[in-house]
Amino acid sequence: MTTAKFYGAGFPYNPLEEYPGKLVVLEGTDGVGRSTQIMLLRQWLEKEGYAVSDTGLRRSPMTQPGLDAAKLGHTLNPLTMSLFYATDFADRLENQIIPALKAGFLVLSDRYYFSIIARDITRGADPEWARKVYGFALVPDLVLYLKTDIPQLVTRMVHGRGFNFWESGMDIRFADNLYDGFCLYQSRLIDQFDLMSKEFNFVSVDATRSVNQVFEELKKNIIKLIL
Amino acid sequence: MQPNTTPGKLIVVEGIDGSGKSTQIDLLNKWLQSIGKSVYFSEWNSSDLVKSTTRLAKREHMFTPTTFSLLQCTDFTDRWENRIMPMLKAGAVVLADRYAFTAFARDVARGVDPKWVRNLYSFAIKPDLILYFRVPLDIAVERITSSRAKIKFYEAGMDLGLSDNKITSFRLFQQRIVDEYEGMVNEFSFTVLDGTQPVQLQQKNVRAIIKKNLQGWEGLPTPVEAVRRDARERKARAQGGLT
Repeated sequence: MTTAKFYGAGFPYNPLEEYPGKLVVLEGTDGVGRSTQIMLLRQWLEKEGYAVSDTGLRRSPMTQPGLDAAKLGHTLNPLTMSLFYATDFADRLENQIIPALKAGFLVLSDRYYFSIIARDITRGADPEWARKVYGFALVPDLVLYLKTDIPQLVTRMVHGRGFNFWESGMDIRFADNLYDGFCLYQSRLIDQFDLMSKEFNFVSVDATRSVNQVFEELKKNIIKLIL
Repeated sequence: MQPNTTPGKLIVVEGIDGSGKSTQIDLLNKWLQSIGKSVYFSEWNSSDLVKSTTRLAKREHMFTPTTFSLLQCTDFTDRWENRIMPMLKAGAVVLADRYAFTAFARDVARGVDPKWVRNLYSFAIKPDLILYFRVPLDIAVERITSSRAKIKFYEAGMDLGLSDNKITSFRLFQQRIVDEYEGMVNEFSFTVLDGTQPVQLQQKNVRAIIKKNLQGWEGLPTPVEAVRRDARERKARAQGGLT
């Protein structure tokens, strides 16, 4: 059993004391290889007999249609985007993550609210305000931070899905083109992650290595948690 | 909340359902325009961007107190960034039918942490005037139940499981909201109005309060008023030249 801890007041109308599951978070910027690792971890954990549930940003059935439509129109201002993502996050936490933890699942979360506040702060939100918005969030059992650098990210983007509007932060116009925008925006995000690393007990994993090497290190950390 | 450093004025009305605040702000809106002020009116929960999500969540009863609070704040921020803030910067009078205090009252009545929800709205400007329409619960409930066919699920606070009966639940929920509002009268310096008085008398009082608050303030005139103002100034200059 894990004793439930929250960053702030949690959900006062629906208190959670403890839970038998584990909450493992994978954090890191766009294109760092999180989804590949989540897929590998899930396969491995299920083979070992653990019930796994995974979740990620923008997957709430309540906010997904509206949030996707808003992103398509590029009409989202920074504060509105920030609160829309917070709604998505809270919905998944209350209706997906916590019930799964209570049922003894190991929950793999592709990002947590750290990514969201990194983006908010990069877009000008007050860092303290942004942190307090997530006072309802549960403290994860483990936060694995996939740490990388810009040259590595650029290589992955070129040989992967290419550059896009949001991942280049074009809504706030750091540059007049996707490539420069990507480098500037992503390096600011990495700065925010580095700032949060100590504050939120991230376990840093060097993600510039091969998929398999990264996977082995993630595994090692999860084994320590579940044994 | 932030002090108002814009050239505009922010005036909001608050009160429970059936307190008569919407009637009063509508009359106030028309009067202000008639005396040459540029007015922008904003209603709680009216952002086009968030509308479809709110509708879906209400229909499917998907809300928890936290997601309810966050989505209404999303609605507010959209109006804030696209409408309210630019209008204030332009020097308009912004009239808001419900503001952050509605969230502080309702969301806390639903069980969220009071400090948490106050932080959510801390980026917003503290209004120049907060008109709070106080009515006894019985009168408000009577007004709502006699004029409207059906009280909706979340309006009645049915998500809280206070009662299986909609009217009973509505009463219990509204009482909690009243308690939260009353606690904010001093915290945010509400101007309290008696919502049981005749509409016309209330409006007279409202206008007197606004007049006092706007004394010495010009703001952005309406196009018609701007022409008049120019003419007055030209005339004054011409007369000044004669003497």
